[in-house]
This record gives sequence, C-alpha cells and structure tokens, in this order.
Amino acid sequence: MPEGAEPLLTVTDVSVRFGALLALNRVSLQIERGEVVAIIGPNGAGKTTLLNVISGFYHAYEGRIVFAGRDRTRLAPPDVAALGIARTFQNVALFKGMTVLDNIMTGRILKMRGSFLLEALYWGPAKRQELHHRAFVERIIDFLEIQPIRKTLAGRLPYGLQKRVELARALAAEPTLLLLDEPMAGMNVEEKEDMCRFILDVNSEFGTTIALIEHDMGVVMDISDRVAVLDYGRKIADGRPDQVRKDQAVLDAYLGVSHE
Amino acid sequence: MIYREAGQFKMTYASDQAIFPIVQDRWLVAIGIVAAFVVPPLVANEYWLQAVLIPFLVYALAAIGLNLLTGYAGQLSLGTGGFMAVGGYAAFKLTMAFPWLDIIVVFLLSGVIAAGVGLVFGIPSLRIKGFYLAVATLAAQFFLVWLFNKVPWFVNYASSGTITAPNRAVAGLMVTGPNATAQTRYVVALALVAVFALVAKNLVRGRVGRSWMAIRDRDIAAEIIGVRPLQTKLLAFGISSFYCGVAGAELVFLYLGSAETLAFDITLSFLVLFMVIIGGLGSVLGSFLGAGFIVLVPIFLTNVPHLIGLPLPVALQKQMELMVFGGLIIFFLIVEPLGLARLWQITKEKLRLWPFPH
Amino acid sequence: MSNILYGVFLAPFKDMAGSPAFLAEVLIGGIFAGLLYSLVALGFVLIFKASGVFNFAQGVMVLFAALTLVGLMERGVPVPAALLLTAAVMLALAFVIERVVLRPLVNQPYIILFMATIGLNFFLEGFGEMLWGANVKKLDVGIPDRSFIVAGVQINQLELFAAVTAAILVAVLAVFFQRTRIGRALRAVADDHEAALSIGIPLKTIWVIVWAVAGGVALVAGIMWGAKSGVQFSLSLIALKALPVLILGGFTSIPGAVVGGLIVGVGEKLGEVYWGPLVGGAIENWFAYVVALAFLLVRPQGLFGEKIIERV
Repeated sequence: MPEGAEPLLTVTDVSVRFGALLALNRVSLQIERGEVVAIIGPNGAGKTTLLNVISGFYHAYEGRIVFAGRDRTRLAPPDVAALGIARTFQNVALFKGMTVLDNIMTGRILKMRGSFLLEALYWGPAKRQELHHRAFVERIIDFLEIQPIRKTLAGRLPYGLQKRVELARALAAEPTLLLLDEPMAGMNVEEKEDMCRFILDVNSEFGTTIALIEHDMGVVMDISDRVAVLDYGRKIADGRPDQVRKDQAVLDAYLGVSHE
Repeated sequence: MIYREAGQFKMTYASDQAIFPIVQDRWLVAIGIVAAFVVPPLVANEYWLQAVLIPFLVYALAAIGLNLLTGYAGQLSLGTGGFMAVGGYAAFKLTMAFPWLDIIVVFLLSGVIAAGVGLVFGIPSLRIKGFYLAVATLAAQFFLVWLFNKVPWFVNYASSGTITAPNRAVAGLMVTGPNATAQTRYVVALALVAVFALVAKNLVRGRVGRSWMAIRDRDIAAEIIGVRPLQTKLLAFGISSFYCGVAGAELVFLYLGSAETLAFDITLSFLVLFMVIIGGLGSVLGSFLGAGFIVLVPIFLTNVPHLIGLPLPVALQKQMELMVFGGLIIFFLIVEPLGLARLWQITKEKLRLWPFPH
Repeated sequence: MSNILYGVFLAPFKDMAGSPAFLAEVLIGGIFAGLLYSLVALGFVLIFKASGVFNFAQGVMVLFAALTLVGLMERGVPVPAALLLTAAVMLALAFVIERVVLRPLVNQPYIILFMATIGLNFFLEGFGEMLWGANVKKLDVGIPDRSFIVAGVQINQLELFAAVTAAILVAVLAVFFQRTRIGRALRAVADDHEAALSIGIPLKTIWVIVWAVAGGVALVAGIMWGAKSGVQFSLSLIALKALPVLILGGFTSIPGAVVGGLIVGVGEKLGEVYWGPLVGGAIENWFAYVVALAFLLVRPQGLFGEKIIERV
C-alpha cells in the first residue's frame, strides 16, 4: 500500500443505539486498500452491528463513515452496494428458491442495464448482456469450484456449500470492499481450509479489500493483516495479529477467556 | 421419438439459457402450439370453445399475471378481480370512444391502464409485507368494484349497468361482439396468451425475474446486492396488473360478451389465486395447468356423476367444488408447493430415464 | 366547488347536531356491528398470538359454528344440548386442523400458512353447506328482537344482549391470557416457539387449545350474528372486515381487536349515513379497508401492536 494514500474506508466515532442499548459506542476503524482486516470480539460485542452500519441497514446516530473519499454515513443498502461494497451474512442469506447460477447472476444486478421491455423480448442488447454476464459468472463458478451444483436450488445445498455460494454471489458484484460475517461458522476443518484459501486468493488475485468477522482465532491469526477487537460496543484494540495477541486489554476481555 | 438428451451437448451459454434446452421439448412445444391454433377451431364444437377453451385461455393469462406478482415476486394479492375489472371497463370505454381503434390495441391499452392502477395500489408494498399487503389489495378489490358499480360514466350511462362488447373486426374478421364466432375469439385469445406467456418467460429468466425472486426469497440480502425493493415490487405490480387488465378485457370481450361488476367480485380474485397455487407458484407453465384444472373441475363434477348414473344436485356440485379447491390448496401447499408444474417436471425426469430407472 | 366542501365538511355535522337521537341510533348500530367485528378479530388475534398463523378461515368458522348450531336445532335437538354439541364439533375441528393442516406446515413461511387457511376457508364453506344446506336460516336464541326507548333513543334488546355477552367474553379472555397457567404458556409460545418447546410447553396441545378457543369465540359470534340477520353465506364475507380491524388494532392485542372493531363499526356507519349519499352510497363495502390502508402507511404495527424490529 502506497505511503500516505487515504484509507478505503474510514469509520469515525460511530455510535448505534437500539432503544436503551448502545450497540456501538464511538467506534472508529480504518481499512486500507488491499488489506484483510479481521474484526473479533465476544458475542454481543457489536461486530455484526458494525458491518450492518457500514452496509446501510442501520444508521449511526453519531459519527461519520467515509468510503473512497466521500461521506457515506446515511445511505440505503442498495446505494452502498452501488459503491462497491458487498457482503455475506452470518446465517447465510441465499435465495433458496433460486438455482446457484441464478443466485450468483443476481450478484451482477448492478452491472446490468437496460429496460424491461427489451428483456421481455429477450432480444438484441438484452440477450447479449445476459450472455456476457453469464460468462463472467462462470469464471467465478470455476474459481470457487462449484461447477457441479450450478443448477441446484440453493436451499437444497449443505451448509458449507451455501456459504461458498454466498461468497460467489458477493464476488459477482466485483466489490472493492468485501464484508464477510463469520464465513467459516459451522464448517469442518477441511471446509475451513478451502474457505481460507478462497479468501486469500480473492484478496491477491482481484485485489479485493476484505473485512471479516471470525471466531476461530487460528484462522484470524493466519489470514488477516490486521485485527480489530470490539468489546461491549467499544473498540479495545487494533493492530497486527501478533501485537493484538499480546495486548493486555484483549487478553482480559476475550483471549483470556478462550485460551488459558 | 424417444425422450432422450444424450448426445445433446450445450456448446454455448446461449443454448444453455434457452427456455427449452432439450431438442425434443422444442419440437413438442412447436407442434403443440401449431396444433392449438389449428385443431380446436376445426374439431371442437361451440360448447367446448365457449365453455372450456376460451375461459381457460383468459384465466391462464390472468394466472400468469398473478403468478408474476405472487409466485415470482412473493407479493400476495387478493385484488386480481379488481385489476381485471379495470381492464374490462377500460376496454369498453376506449372502444366506445374510439371505435376505429384496433381492438387488439384497445386490449393492450386497457392493460396499460390497469398497470397504472396496479402501481398505485402497489405503493403500500414498500412499507408492508405478507398478509398486511393482502389486506391492502383487498382494499383495491372492494374499492374498484364499488367504483365501477356506482359511477354510471363507466358503463356509458346504460340503465342496465352492464357493459357489452360491440362488434369489432380485425383485418375484416369479426373478433368481438355478437357476430364474432367462437372460433375467431378462441384464436385471438390463444395468440395473445401465447405471446404474453413467452414475454413472461423471458422476463423471469433474466435480470427482472431474478430481482423479483431475490426480493421474494430474502429481501434483506437482495437489497445488499443492489436490488431496489420499491422499484422491483412496483414493476411486479405494474406488469402483473397489465396481464390482469388484458385478461379482464378478454373476459368481457372474448368470453362473456357482456358483464356487470359482479363478474369481477372477490370470488374471481380467489379463483385466480387457486389456479396459481394449484398450478405452481413461480411457474409460467403452472399457470396454464392451474387454469385448466380450475376450469375442468366443475365440468367434471357436472358430467362424470351423470355418466355413471348418479347425477348430483346443482347445489351439491357447487359445495363439492369448494371442498375440492380448498382441499387441494392445502394438499399442494403441504405436499408440493410448486404445484402441478412440479409434478409435470418429475414425470419428465422419470421419462428421461425410462425404461431404465438408474 | 363550495357546494362540495359544504357537503363534505359542514352538512354532515349539521345533520348530526340537528337530530341527536338519530345520531345516537346510528352510533349504537355502529357499536353493535363493531362488536361483532371485534369478536371475529379476537379469534384471529388468539390464533395469531399463539401460533403466528394468520387464520383467514376465522370468518368461515363463524359461519360453520352457526350452521352447525342451527342445523342441530332444526333437527329437534334442545338448545343446551345443541350448544354443547356445537362446542364439541368446534373442538374436534381444532384437533383436525392442527393434525392435517398446521403440523405438516410447521416452519413454513407464514405466507404459505396464510394461503393454507384460505384453502381451509373454502373447504369449510363447502363442507358446512353440504352438511346443513345453503339456504338462509333463522337462529332463535330466545331473546326477542324488540326495541325499547330510552330518552328518545331506540335500543334493541337483542343488540344489547349481544353487546353485554361480547364484553363479558373479552374480559374472560383477557383474564385467561393474563392470569392462568395456560394463558402464560400461550404467550410464551407466541414470543418464541423454540424457547417455549425447550422449557417443556407442548406446542401441539397449545395449538389445539387456541384453535378450540377461537372456535368457541366463533360460535358466540355466529350466534349473535345469526340471531340478528340469519345464518347465511354472507357471514363469512362480512367477517373479512375483521382484517382491517386487525390492522387498526394491531395483530397481537386483545384490547386492540375490540377498539379496532368499534372504530371500524362506528366509522363505517357514520360514513355511510352522513357522507355515503355524496358518492352514491354503499361505501360500507370498502370504507374499512381504505381506512386500514391509510393507517398501514402511517403506523404499520396498529394502535396497540408491538413495534416490529427487523433483525438482520
């Protein structure tokens, strides 16, 4: 990363409130272009809330979010997507009644233009566009090694594959910033290894910046360039994995509990 | 011809994206469509055309319309009858005001007007979902029917309160009105439903259909990949109402010949909903199967007991009809939410392997 | 133009002030209709609270209960026995519905369950009419349909009796939900199915109970309505009015169902009598729905409903 370049995403003093509960308390976070950042913390620390506020589901009642140099504090989710931020969900939010192929094609929706009248005829530009995007989607299918399940309904897939398809759908949008909410939850060791490899490949081959929430500390230490730690809605640490590992506040709040 | 796809390799994405990727299917469908245009007008008698085939085609069009909204976009509507009424009354007003206007154009314009009305009643769908929306569409149903009933302008101040299809010709052939033959009306209805079924199929396999299904399956995830819920739902309401509007115009002009608001009451809304559920939610083919089923059940209940010497009283037929429809709705929702269309698909898959099941 | 404004904003109120006794009669008529809507809506709320199912068939259950009662009475069964038998039939119906419709659809999207109850609606309608016949029947509950006059206002004995019954029923249900063990279990189920299961509340039993109670409420509503205007198919259509009532009152609130019912009943009677003539009358058919629609846009959770917070 070039010295002095502005960060891709800057979250400054963002707070989110649900009634009396302060889910995020003046949290700041910077994500540089090309980084893999892990966000960790105990359950209820506000990790998912942070992703939700970045992707526009919740709005901060104070603080600022700047993405690629522009203020993005108050945007609706589709507008956030249009900026080039894609994400996956903790509990897999695939379109269960659609095939894997259609799920991933839906990820291209922002790249597609045109009127429904042309599409009604499936003619000319509409058809060419459809085929062009199909070809792109097929590259992602190859990349994530899910060719055999192209035409399977997403709802019928085992959990691990659903997570992979969800990653594919997010990648189809060619995002600049990819937010992954527990991409390895509920996976066995082998599936986790695959997923780690995909995440690192996405980062290195497409140059995609990645922020992920993860509980498996081994994975976090292996793949992330930087780790941010949340506890009770506050950020208590932020730094290189080996630094965070030794941070006393983190040990008290989090690592001290799970490691002895 | 044996139903096999071995040796048919899809070399391009275009051939893989086709509506009927299997060659035999394409031939069957082509033959079927040609036969549908030629055979019934030659062999079917007046009763079959008028009481079975024409209503089947009209209802199929309405069912496709509702299926786009409910089956694909996931927005339950109980206002189909109201939107069809808009089409019927708009067609009447248009063709009376501009008698020189081609009647097919009148049908299409009626669809456009119905689409506009549908858009208005679709606006609440931004804020409300599921059965809340169903109640909103009930408001459309009751309000629209009341409006056409109460404002004499809509029936050109006819004291009877009915609208009647006038004689209108296309290319010298009488298409609507008392002088149009059942054969002609059948062919026109068939041509319209064939074109619009193809259009529906094109829509649902592309960008528009995927954004509808995305909203249906997981609206939050749909938003985060850039699907705009309001536009997407409104487009579904508009296009669905267009289909229902054209079907409503056909109902008056090609099937009934004349109609009062009673023809569009809430019973019609439920009837079309049954077609969609029994035929298969999210299936264009299912809309046809469902429409055929709903048209045939009453005829079956009338004729079959008669044939085996146990004629049913009319009231009992009506009650059994309700029980059959209601029972089947529950049955299909439990056993096969994808309806008759899915059963057809399963049969085809079996046939592909037949006679070697493994 | 000024004529229209006068007709909409001034004339109706002048009419009201000019004849307070007539206004009172309109209001009483509205309250009576409203109470009946409330009773049907109450059945919806009970089932919705405990199972999350939006029971479209509640209106037909009213019709079915009334048809069964009248049918038994017509065949010479004495009134108390007929009442008991009908209650038993509604209980049996609850069992069958739980077993045949609800259990196989557990964990399906709510919209699927909703459509299943539409199917149930039509099945019951056909079944009820096949058993008991489709002609209009008079239901005689022994209360004369006569009026007496208080302070120049006509009051119908039957309506008064119905109003008192409805009020008692609502009170009993409220106590049942708040104070009894079963009531608390019901509320637990409504909050969280899995949690309720994990602390040992038998979901199936609970469902049978709510559907049976809803059937009982339907029976009461059916008796009152049937006594007033005969037992006939239109009962199930009028019952659709309970939907806007629920939107006004909130889907989970018993007091909401009552207040919503009264608002709709009184509102549509006032609208019909004083404003209806301006647009040709018969606005009763859609008035409630349009009010509900407007209300939905402003306050989707209803007057008394819980605010819906969507979790991502």
